[in-house]
Amino acid sequence: MDWLFFAEVSLAGLATGGLYALIALGFVIIYKATRVINFAIGEIMMFAAYLFLSFAGGMQLPPLIALPLAVLGGTILGGVVEKVMIRPMLGESPISVVMVTIGLASILVGMAEIIWTADPQLLPEFLPRDPVFLGEIYLAPKIAYGFLIGATVLVLYLLYFRFSRGGVALRATASDQAAAYSMGINVRRVFNLAWVFGSLAASLAGILVSATGGLSPQSGAIGLSVLVIVIVGGLDSILGALIAGLFVGWLETVAGAFFGGEYRMLATFSVLALILIIRPYGLFGTHEIERL
Amino acid sequence: MRIGDAKQSYAADEALWTSTTQQVWFGLLLLSLLLFPFFASPYLLYLACLVGIAVISATGLNILTGFTGLISLGQAGFMGVGGYTVAWLSLHTSLPFPIALLAAGLLSAAIGMVIGLPSLRIKGLYLAIATLAASVFLHFVFVEWASVTGGMAGLSLRSAQLFGLTFHNDFRMYFMIMPLAVLMLLAARNIFRTRIGRAFIAIRDRDISAEILGIPLLRYKLLSFALSSFYAGVAGGLFAYFYRVVTPESFPLSMSIFYLAAIIVGGMGSILGGVLGAIFMTLVPEGLKLLTTAITPIYPQAPVFMSPLLGVVFGVLIVGFLIFEPNGLAEVWRRIRRFFHLWPFRT
Repeated sequence: MDWLFFAEVSLAGLATGGLYALIALGFVIIYKATRVINFAIGEIMMFAAYLFLSFAGGMQLPPLIALPLAVLGGTILGGVVEKVMIRPMLGESPISVVMVTIGLASILVGMAEIIWTADPQLLPEFLPRDPVFLGEIYLAPKIAYGFLIGATVLVLYLLYFRFSRGGVALRATASDQAAAYSMGINVRRVFNLAWVFGSLAASLAGILVSATGGLSPQSGAIGLSVLVIVIVGGLDSILGALIAGLFVGWLETVAGAFFGGEYRMLATFSVLALILIIRPYGLFGTHEIERL
Repeated sequence: MRIGDAKQSYAADEALWTSTTQQVWFGLLLLSLLLFPFFASPYLLYLACLVGIAVISATGLNILTGFTGLISLGQAGFMGVGGYTVAWLSLHTSLPFPIALLAAGLLSAAIGMVIGLPSLRIKGLYLAIATLAASVFLHFVFVEWASVTGGMAGLSLRSAQLFGLTFHNDFRMYFMIMPLAVLMLLAARNIFRTRIGRAFIAIRDRDISAEILGIPLLRYKLLSFALSSFYAGVAGGLFAYFYRVVTPESFPLSMSIFYLAAIIVGGMGSILGGVLGAIFMTLVPEGLKLLTTAITPIYPQAPVFMSPLLGVVFGVLIVGFLIFEPNGLAEVWRRIRRFFHLWPFRT
């Protein structure tokens, strides 16, 4: 076995995993605050990446302007979706709410195909292109810089949740909705805020992921990997999302490099099945006790 | 206006048909189904076959998701098992189709039970994702076990056979699919008049309470999985006979979502709902196709937007029904019926 190759693949995998962790964070924020499993997160990513393509490629805006604009677009999309589709479903069974997000995913894919056609496209280059070396190990620059941006945003998020007013409100709502409401927290706004923040993370990650892998209306399928991550890490655990994100990213890349592309899904879903059997609530998730 | 709905025995309360009018209408429906292929155009006949298959599969998913409350994203995988079983049997044996379909259903049911095993520990969305994992595994098996499944190229099979009769066109396929669909619907309807069906409903409403009432959860959840996958397996087998080719791409994840959407649009936890949903969701794409051909002379770009528009319409239907009519088409149907029952009064 070639250790250098293994190290390179592992590092690339971990870097991809960093981006996965960012998406998973977006997913977990939404779940923690609103108890909604968002199957459309991959499609929100895809949509934001297409917005970036339009701004940077079609309108020739410089990437530094196009990137925030596209992220803003994805974020607004998240906020609007919460207001229009998710709020009326408040109090319905989880199946119904999940199906709403699946419907949303279908709508977004269809819209993307109508607006930007079904052909795969490449995002314009916006990350530095000089190769990155860690000692002997080569790392593709797009992946490395993508990871750096992703990790920075991740840390910012964690700080925000820890110290800001909005973050505290979000955590309070997550831990006890009724208590938060009676303490004067505007729970509706928190719900909207959660979707906004979740979509923001997803949009940014979507642009970074598409910068390396290309973009098509089917790119949202990455949502399946994210689903695996949040189940493995525990649906309501931010720490779990980070660790599982890195792990699943690494596993996918290594399995793909050593056994071939068709084993990527198999490897991650095997881990998923194993976790569901051993710890059904995920590695770090809360074990909810059901009472009658 | 119909009055006097007082029932005097349990048997009358749970009877399939509560009035002679209903029996007459049902008889007329059966008769029209029987005569339909003699008058229908080939295109309508083709659609009718598709609808029949969809109805069987949707009813199976309705047993599991609508009546037992276990969400499954693995329906396409179970149909795949049925389809491949039928294809393999058709290539390697000369069994008549009822036996092949039965084998497809049974194998699918067995695999469904294995996949249902975690359902005692995990529920709700975790279970949905476990069934998703199962369908990923099944897809992997379809692709990689090339000696049996033919790999990516899939298998082509011969026409279905029974007593020297071959079912090689849509006209004959109709007479194979439609009676089976009616039979399986009646069976499903009857399950919910028995202890088993009532147990399923109790589990859906609150599984812990059901267990306290003396319903062995594991056994009934597995039974529900087995029944549902049996329906899916038979539907998959018919699918294979109908198209006479199965590949791993014949049973994509989007198919599982299609059937979930069908029972949501139709109405979960109602046999009629599954039927209406399956019919509706199968016909929507065809309606859209008709619309595009109608528009094309005015707007030549229309066909390009056909397939993406279908995705949008599909999504809007799911979201719209969930928000505005959570009980689905079955509720709409009930409302129409009530209107005529109470006429000239209004509710």
